Parts: sequence; C-alpha cells; structure tokens
Amino acid sequence: MDVRKSFGDHVILDGLTLDVAEHEVVALIGASGSGKSTLLRCVNLLEEIDDGTITLDGDEITDPRANPDAVRQKIGLVFQSYNLFPHMTVLDNITLAPVRVHKRPAAEAKEQAMTWLDRVGLTAKASAYPDRLSGGQQQRVAIVRALVNNPRLLLLDEVTSALDPELVGEVLTMIRDLKGEGMTMVLATHEMGFAKQVADRVAFLDGGKVLEQGPPAQVLGDPVEARTRQFLARIIEAGRL
Amino acid sequence: MLLAALSTAVVGTLLAVGITGAPGWDRVKTSFFDPDAAVEYLPEILTGLWLNIRLLVVCAALALTLGLVVAVLRTLRGPVFFPVRALATGYTYSFRGLPLIIVIYLYAFGIPGLRLQGTPDVLVLGAAAIIVTYGAYLAEVFRAGIESVHPSQIAAARSLGLSYRQAMRHVVLPQAVRRVAPPLLNDTVALQKDVGLISLAGPIDAIRAAQIGVAQDANFTPYIVAGVLFVLLALPLIGVTDWVTLRAARRQNAGS
Repeated sequence: MDVRKSFGDHVILDGLTLDVAEHEVVALIGASGSGKSTLLRCVNLLEEIDDGTITLDGDEITDPRANPDAVRQKIGLVFQSYNLFPHMTVLDNITLAPVRVHKRPAAEAKEQAMTWLDRVGLTAKASAYPDRLSGGQQQRVAIVRALVNNPRLLLLDEVTSALDPELVGEVLTMIRDLKGEGMTMVLATHEMGFAKQVADRVAFLDGGKVLEQGPPAQVLGDPVEARTRQFLARIIEAGRL
Repeated sequence: MLLAALSTAVVGTLLAVGITGAPGWDRVKTSFFDPDAAVEYLPEILTGLWLNIRLLVVCAALALTLGLVVAVLRTLRGPVFFPVRALATGYTYSFRGLPLIIVIYLYAFGIPGLRLQGTPDVLVLGAAAIIVTYGAYLAEVFRAGIESVHPSQIAAARSLGLSYRQAMRHVVLPQAVRRVAPPLLNDTVALQKDVGLISLAGPIDAIRAAQIGVAQDANFTPYIVAGVLFVLLALPLIGVTDWVTLRAARRQNAGS
C-alpha cells in the first residue's frame, strides 16, 4: 500500500508505503498521533484516503468503483474499545455478520460461534450481554466476532490499551494462537514486549511515514534511526519494554 | 407514612372546603356536576370515545413510523442526499412550529376545497393532520436517539461488512429506540388527548358528542364526563411510561 491521508490541513499519513505478505504479522509502533490507527482505519475503508492505493490480493480496494462492504468482509478490524453491540448477547454479536452479511443459516452460524467460544473458554458467556463481561472477555469476543467472517487480513488497533494489566495476557495469548494458525495480521500496539514476541516485522511510524522497519530484534534492539531510538528510550523510561 | 397521609388529608380537606364554600359553588355544581346529565349523555360520549381510541391507535402507529423514517432520512450523509435531508429538516422545523388546530383546519377544510377527485372524508384528513404534526415531534425524538449511539458502533458494524442500512437496522436503531422509549411514550400520551381535536373538523368523537350534549341542555356536565374518560384512557399509558422510564434509569445506573 502507498497512501496519503489528511484531515483538513493536518497530514496524518504522508506517502506511507507498507507491504504485508501472507501469513505475516506486522506490528506498527510509534507515538500517539503517528498515524497507526488512521492507517488501520484506511485499510478497512472506514477512512477515505486522499491519494495513493491500497491493494489486497492484487485488487485495488481503494478503487472508487470497488464495493466497500465487499472489501470489509475480507478484512477484520478489532478496536481498542471493543465496540461490542451492547443490546445483543455475545452469541448474537458474533453471528450478526455471518447471518446478515454472509447469509449463512442461523443454526450453522451459531454452531461455528459456539466452537469459537469454546476455544477461547467463553462458552458460559454465550447468552450474556457484553456489560456482564470483563474487558478482556469483551475483547476476546470482539476478536472472535471478526474471525467468524474468515477474513484474509486481521487488523488489531491497540486491542490491549483499554485493558487492566492483569487482563492483557489472555488477549495476547489469543493473538499468539492466531499467528500459529497463519493468520495475516497488522497490529498497532504499545506492547513492545509483545511486538517482539509475535511480530515477524516491526514498523516504526513517524510523521505519517514508515521511518524504519525490520525484524523485531533489530528495530526494537538496535534501531538505525535517531527518532526510533528516542521513541524507544521514552518507552523504556515508562517501563514498557 | 403516617405524616404523608395526615398532610394529604389536611390539604384535601382545605381544597374541598375552599371550593365547596365558594359563593358560586351551587351554580357550578348544577351546571358542571349534574348526575342526570352525566347519565343521559354517557352512551353517546362512550360511542365517541371508541372513535378516539381507534384514531389514537392508527395515529400513534403512523406518526411513529413517519417520525422514524424522517429521522433516518435526516441522518443520511453525502451530497446526493442533500435534497432529502433538506426536505426532512424543513418538515420537522415547520410542523413543530405550526399549531395542530391550524393544521387540522387546513387539511380538513382546505383540501376538500380543492375539489379534487377522490378526496378522502374529513375524518381521514383530520387524522392525517394529527399524524403529520406528531410525526415531526417524534422524528426529533428518534433523531436524538440515533445521535446518542456512539459512531464507533457504526464503525464496528461496517467493519464486519454490514451495509449502512443493515448497520442502522440491526445496530443503531435498536439502541436508539430503547434510549428514547420514555420520551416517545410521553409524546404518545400527549397524542392520546390531542386526537380529541379532530372534533374541530366535524367527526363525532367523545368531545364532539359532549359538545352536542352541552348545547342541548346548556349544562357543562358532559364535558366533565368526557374529561374523566380521557384521564381514565390515559392512565394505563402513563403507567407504562413511568415503568419504562424507571427501567431505563435503572439500566443506565447499572451500566455506568
């Protein structure tokens, strides 16, 4: 992808270029406002880009003639604030898209959802409403909700940032398992330790560009760019690495 | 509890003494509270009330539908929908300002004046006036509800591949309607008495029937009878409104 995005005069993404291979996990790091979330929202077409192109499997998804709903069916997005639908049970949250968008029979969608809930240990919560779940449980349901669409690409937007520290682990474990299954993922994160473990590649965003990218050990351990060093120094100072 | 009962009794007694002790009470009693007149006109008023009830059900259903449609139209984004938005906005602005009585007159007497083929009768025209006026209020209530649903909910729905329409239908509207159920019901309570204004256009509803009685005997008791019946009619709906409001408040407190 190669994108440029601005809100008014404020340029958020400035000719950013990033390629993600199949089964690859790319972690986006960078300060707040560096464009991580905006980039993910652009890929999911929730934000329109001003210039450039984004392609998925060789198809240009930013083509104005492309149907954004069809594109989003192939790309899952998980939000920092979970965004479960509060008026629906956990099960209904998960089966909404399979039934309404993919037109699968309700029974089949339910069965698939229950299989997933079983895997993540939330079977007992199937008929509960989201406000009865902990943050970590809600976020795991949100990830399952994205996965039942069988996306080609999963985007994770700081999925652990809103969680209490003791709940971060259960979500990260789930993401690690997904990597084991070959899911292609792009994740914006502040968890440097996790980025190091799970990512095949780390990309440091600064000023709307990918300033530096490479294997986690190199980018996080021995960065080339001065800005990256500064950023990581601040992270270490905050005790997050 | 005892104190409350005592103070209520004192206030009640004072009120009763104040009114029945007034110099003109005997005159008022015979012209407003005449049991014979009440019994005589009750059947006609009840027949009229049946019309009010039917009107209420039809008007409430259609005004709610109209309000919901207009509210959704006002939320459509993009330049293509500008005329739709402008029309919907103009409608809610003008009909919330127009007194219902004037709308009823315009519809019931203005439209037949055009002498078009197939003009419906005044009952339908009067009902249409009520629906159009209340639709404007209800549209604003629905819109407030729709706007209270956080944009991240739409983002989440769209990210799953739902179309704007599906996101509205399955994610936004169910939450919006739940949140504004108390004010919607409250407007329906107001509607239940305002359907009585249809009497201005001629159909014999409870108020019109009472008016005929008043004109015949020069006694106001039939109005009191109709008034009491309207209050009785409203009580269940008011009860439901209070219950829903209480439940919504509890849920909000539990949620935060």
